[in-house]
Amino acid sequence: MLELKNLSVRQGNFNLRSISFDVSEGDYFILLGISGAGKSVLLETIAGLIRPSTGAIILNGTDITYEKIQKRKIGLVFQDHAVFPHMTVRENIGYPLHGSHFSTGKKREQILKIAEKMNITSLLNRRPSTLSGGELQRVALARTLVQNPSVLLLDEPLASMDIQLRSELRSLLRQLNRSGQTIIHVTHDYEEAISLANRIAVINDGQILQTGTPDEVFQFPRTEFVAHFTGARNFFPASIRRTPQAVFAMISDNLSLHVSDNLEGEEGFVIIRSEDIILSNDRLDSSATNNLKGIVSEIIPSTHGIEIRVICGLQFSVMITRDSLNRLGLSEGKEIWMSMKASAVRFIPKELVTTK
Amino acid sequence: MKKLQPLQLVFLFLGGVILLFIISPLAGMFLKTAPQSLFETAKETEVRTSIWLTIWTSMLGTLIFAIAAIPFSYLLARKNFPLKKLVTGIIDLPVVIPHSAAGIAILGFVTRDSALGKLGSLVGLNFVGNPAGIIVAMAFVSLPYLINSAHDGFLGVPERLEKAALTLGASPARVFFTISLPLAWRNIISGVILMFARGMSEFGAVIVVAYHPMVAPVLIYERFGSFGLKYARPVSVLFILISLTVFILLRLLAKDRTLLTFSQKNKNRKNSMKH
Repeated sequence: MLELKNLSVRQGNFNLRSISFDVSEGDYFILLGISGAGKSVLLETIAGLIRPSTGAIILNGTDITYEKIQKRKIGLVFQDHAVFPHMTVRENIGYPLHGSHFSTGKKREQILKIAEKMNITSLLNRRPSTLSGGELQRVALARTLVQNPSVLLLDEPLASMDIQLRSELRSLLRQLNRSGQTIIHVTHDYEEAISLANRIAVINDGQILQTGTPDEVFQFPRTEFVAHFTGARNFFPASIRRTPQAVFAMISDNLSLHVSDNLEGEEGFVIIRSEDIILSNDRLDSSATNNLKGIVSEIIPSTHGIEIRVICGLQFSVMITRDSLNRLGLSEGKEIWMSMKASAVRFIPKELVTTK
Repeated sequence: MKKLQPLQLVFLFLGGVILLFIISPLAGMFLKTAPQSLFETAKETEVRTSIWLTIWTSMLGTLIFAIAAIPFSYLLARKNFPLKKLVTGIIDLPVVIPHSAAGIAILGFVTRDSALGKLGSLVGLNFVGNPAGIIVAMAFVSLPYLINSAHDGFLGVPERLEKAALTLGASPARVFFTISLPLAWRNIISGVILMFARGMSEFGAVIVVAYHPMVAPVLIYERFGSFGLKYARPVSVLFILISLTVFILLRLLAKDRTLLTFSQKNKNRKNSMKH
């Protein structure tokens, strides 16, 4: 439905380089990247506010690369809402309806309908200066949606909100998407990406590093940046050593891990998910073939449990529950055993890493 | 009240001196003018015509030139182009050159031999010694105030709001009239009032281009030259009183909208600080 072909944009010192991806009808597409990666520039380019230097933007089969902004059928909601301060909420939402072929009554009806959907009917006569951040965001959404855009672009819509509002708006966005609205949403928060997206593109330094379903991107990150960014902490360059008995991934001279033997390639990376490493006070006698002794260097509580950093030549990250933390009696500086199955150590050959 | 530090006391004293410096000559003039002579002066046709001429020429000039100056200020606030610094420098020129010199320049520009003068005489318009010439002279010296003030106003309108309006299907013209202009309104109005006031008080440029018909500043000068200080005073006081009334009325008229956008701007600032 929306297709970006080799899009390059020059904006001052900043460049977007050959951006290509497809968004299908009904997709919830998330552009994931740190700030300064070029996400907002890309959105503004799709919306028509910035002209690309090369490449094409195709919407429903029509080339809209140089189409006028107001004729694109693309809606953009800015990070700070950009609700017009000198108009009431009703005037704001009605703004895009000006000059449309609808009658005044029909326009009123449409404003009311979208306001109901966004749950802001009670705010229609208020001035933006009297609204909270969450309310402003809803007004901005309503104002954009009232023109029935083919694609809805959202620039960090949840960034400036507290947790409660965030989950409310998340479910609102999910609902919108379920009712058929195609959405491209820009964020730096990978949890947001997991919770909303059905497709993800990771962007860094003006380039798309990887696109795919959340599963593909989070389970099989193709570059170190993606791996780190998507939360995979145990990501090491490695080379494969094959012996008659087993296959090893050599991470350093004195650190090698068993990997499953049906793999290809020689050079690449290994990834071990933090959840796949088992910690124990003594060496485990189990089916896990990788057993390493290390020292607890850091204990970091997070939303999903406790992250334990273990130094064992390299630094590993292990996720455990609070319960396990207490049971094992872990503290910084303590010796600990890590074990992981060969199948938990995923090897990604380098060819895949360099190609996009 | 908090106790003032010695430094603040010194500053306060200096401020008082400055205020006195501005107020005392004016107050002196007002006090020395008998209400009786004020009434009599107000009855003179010559004085009334002159004050009315000053008001309407300055107002008309401001309105005519505002139509071109406001969009130009918008352009200056939004676009970068080569030699932009030079252009903004040129805009400020009328403020820094002596106004009599400005008058000489304008006179050369509008005489019957000049291109503009020829163009004017085609439609039966003569600039020299005519209200049209007064308007041109007033506008020449007062335009920078409007342009600079409107420029500041447009700079204060977040570009994002304009971008948002564009993505909401508005044409650039609609964005200008519904977003940029209303949000810069406060500065534009105060620029218009400033330009109007500056035009009304202009003497140097106007007297060169048009001694007759006499605008109030020229009339005051003439009375002073022919009859002396005593006769120039009532006209001055009358003119000042009428000017003040006009400006206060204008400010009041503009106030509703002005206050609104101002309080909104403040609130928005506070909100954005919260994030």
